[in-house]
Amino acid sequence: MKYKHLFLLIAAAIALPSVLTTPGCKPHNPVSAVEGDAAEKVYVAPGKYDEFYNIVSGGFSGQVSVYGLPSGRLFRVIPVFSQNPESGWGFSEETKPMLNTSHGFVPWDDAHHIALSTTNGEHDGRWAFINGNNTPRIARINLSTFRTDEIIEIPNSSGNHSSPFLTENTEYAVAGTRFSYPMDDDNSNPDVGISTYKQNFKGTVSFIGIDKESGRMGISFQVLLPGFNFDLSRGGKGPSHDWFFFSCYNTEQANTLLEVNASQKDKDYIMALNWKKCEEYVKAGKGKKMKVNYAHNVYDEKTQTATSTLEHETIMLDPKELKDIVYFMPCPKSPHGCDVDPSGEFICGSGKLAAVIPVFSFSKIQKAIADKNFEGEFDGIPVLKYDAVLHGEVKKPGLGPLHTEFDGKGFAYTSFFVSSEIVKWNIQTLEVVDRVPTYYSIGHLCIPGGPTRKPWGKYVIAYNKITKDRYLPTGPELTQSAQLYDISGDKMKLLLDFPTIGEPHYAEAIPASLITPKSTKIFKIEDNFNPYVSKGEKQAKVFREGNKVHVNMTTIRSHFVPDNIEGVKMGDEVYFHVTNLEQDWDVPHGFAVKGANNSELLIMPGETSTLKWVPDRVGVVAFYCTDFCSALHQEMQGYIRVSPRGSNTALTFSTGNKVEPTGATK
Amino acid sequence: MQSNMFGKTTFIAAVLMLAVFACTSKKEADDAAKKSPSPTDLASAQPEVHGTEVKSIELTTPLNKDWVTTGRATYDLKCQACHKLTDEKLVGPGWLGVTKRREPVWIINMITNVEMMLEKDPEAQKLLELCLVRMPNQNLTQDDARKIIEFMRSNDGVK
Repeated sequence: MKYKHLFLLIAAAIALPSVLTTPGCKPHNPVSAVEGDAAEKVYVAPGKYDEFYNIVSGGFSGQVSVYGLPSGRLFRVIPVFSQNPESGWGFSEETKPMLNTSHGFVPWDDAHHIALSTTNGEHDGRWAFINGNNTPRIARINLSTFRTDEIIEIPNSSGNHSSPFLTENTEYAVAGTRFSYPMDDDNSNPDVGISTYKQNFKGTVSFIGIDKESGRMGISFQVLLPGFNFDLSRGGKGPSHDWFFFSCYNTEQANTLLEVNASQKDKDYIMALNWKKCEEYVKAGKGKKMKVNYAHNVYDEKTQTATSTLEHETIMLDPKELKDIVYFMPCPKSPHGCDVDPSGEFICGSGKLAAVIPVFSFSKIQKAIADKNFEGEFDGIPVLKYDAVLHGEVKKPGLGPLHTEFDGKGFAYTSFFVSSEIVKWNIQTLEVVDRVPTYYSIGHLCIPGGPTRKPWGKYVIAYNKITKDRYLPTGPELTQSAQLYDISGDKMKLLLDFPTIGEPHYAEAIPASLITPKSTKIFKIEDNFNPYVSKGEKQAKVFREGNKVHVNMTTIRSHFVPDNIEGVKMGDEVYFHVTNLEQDWDVPHGFAVKGANNSELLIMPGETSTLKWVPDRVGVVAFYCTDFCSALHQEMQGYIRVSPRGSNTALTFSTGNKVEPTGATK
Repeated sequence: MQSNMFGKTTFIAAVLMLAVFACTSKKEADDAAKKSPSPTDLASAQPEVHGTEVKSIELTTPLNKDWVTTGRATYDLKCQACHKLTDEKLVGPGWLGVTKRREPVWIINMITNVEMMLEKDPEAQKLLELCLVRMPNQNLTQDDARKIIEFMRSNDGVK
């Protein structure tokens, strides 16, 4: 639940009963909204594939989920910001560094927005980016392996909400502060009174450069801004390629009871930022170097190991001095979504408390800037005149507009939280042409390719904030509710409900044809350069380094080498480095050992993963394979003997009857 | 070497897709859907090495020493976990005498095209009944497999 304040009350008081009980333009009950051929349109026969991947934020689960469309079937949950004991993500020695931050190990985050990589503004199927809102981070997921390859922490930030939206060629991902905070000249967060918000609190937006080939991220520059709440953002397209747009609320700069105090002004702002100009200023040395601390975590496919590096510097640009990089546009009222249409000419603001949807014109923005058509300044930053930049307003579209997606046929689809509906309108004429109810209280919505220059259209998916009675009840805590609508005709048609995990915020959908042909099946064992790999059973071994015992172990259907280990003593730390020797698709092996204080390992073909195990008592302890691998899977087990501290049991290992003495130390 | 088979599956997939579109009578079938690969496409269009049937291979003497060395290295990495070099069965049969018991084409197809063999070949099926573990596809090329055969011949005493 994102809008826990005002909206929830309004929703409960007005929207739900009206959807459920009142007659009129809304259907009597949800069932009557579904037409006869809906089942046919979402049925994907056994063994057939879905047409689209739906990459969906896992919200407060911290993960990303992957569904098929139109079936709504869940394929996978990709661990990103949260530890996942099922695969060992964030538990294995190789992946623990991925969750490192300047605050130390942070094993959870609140993941909000998916951004799929684009080239020339169109999906290229290479990477998915997602933001961590709580401890500001951006993650990059590799769409060949469906694994998180990189996580970068954002310094000078708090509440990384307007993120990780991209420029057209994936030059940059952005980040912005939803929660401004005190920032002094040294960029540290000084000890000042909270009520000094207006004097001391600042916001920033950050541009994270992305390497064209490797996807590797780095913080290129940051822009220092007034202490607003930066909410959502979108990159320009085509003519507006060089620009980025951010919605800002709490321009009242309230620091308490924002529900009331940040809802005072009739208009807040949408910020237009020229990132190309910023680049030039950075190149010309106009930025200030700032000392910061942030973690940059990279997973290396060759060594199958993540490293975390602490970085210490960013470059800050100040628009008070660099006058032509940032402009504010008045936007009614507490804007949330800030969405750019496929042509790049129109920017739609969605004022959560507004009775209209303002649509801004990029060409008018350019003209107003050239003519210096300003109504004033805020904190030294020019504010453009509303009428000078407005294409027009969609009048009385609904209550509580949040987000807008596009179908590429000249129509926009806006989600309305309070009135619980999707409204379709014509971008040029600003006329509402259709509306459908959602069940209940929609947040984000997604059209395949909807934020790109080339929407694929066909469907719109509603990600709802309230589930209530849509599924069999499961106590007070319910699954999340998504809905699929057919938009191929003039009228939107409800086809399907499907449950989702976490609280799904934003999602994107992409044709399967852009992903499936390059989906990784196995990791080649020859290319595995994990320092503890066993390339074949002959390389399996056990060796001691002080109190650390390393077990370089192999798995293949269906045995471990070694499977009998002796000579471990109390006080030792045991590292099981398990290599899966299989080279066939979908033959993972699992590894679990009794009393492990972390998790299991799930090791893909050709991969090496490491589990640390600290024995807490003397005795013989079993380990086994957790993933049913063959007819003899139940035979896939082994023993490790733990002797008392100071005993002289020799360190040995074996499989079958051959006992190998270890070389004592490496 | 895979072009034949791939061509056929693509053709079948195309026919299937036409049929699907015909019965749902979609006027504007999306580009996306047209390009969307079928399960058979996906299974064969992957970089994973996966077999077409090998019809014949040529054996020569004396053995190619380099191949024996490379074959041995591949054995250590990908085969040794299940096959001993004696006649003792581990997960699969021991290799001693294998080049005398089996035709070289049979061996190479077991290595590079095990799914086909387990489906069609009675001898392969008998072995599955005996061992109860499907021989894994270890992602070996025909070239890798040929070198393994050279190593097997050397293990069987061929000079």
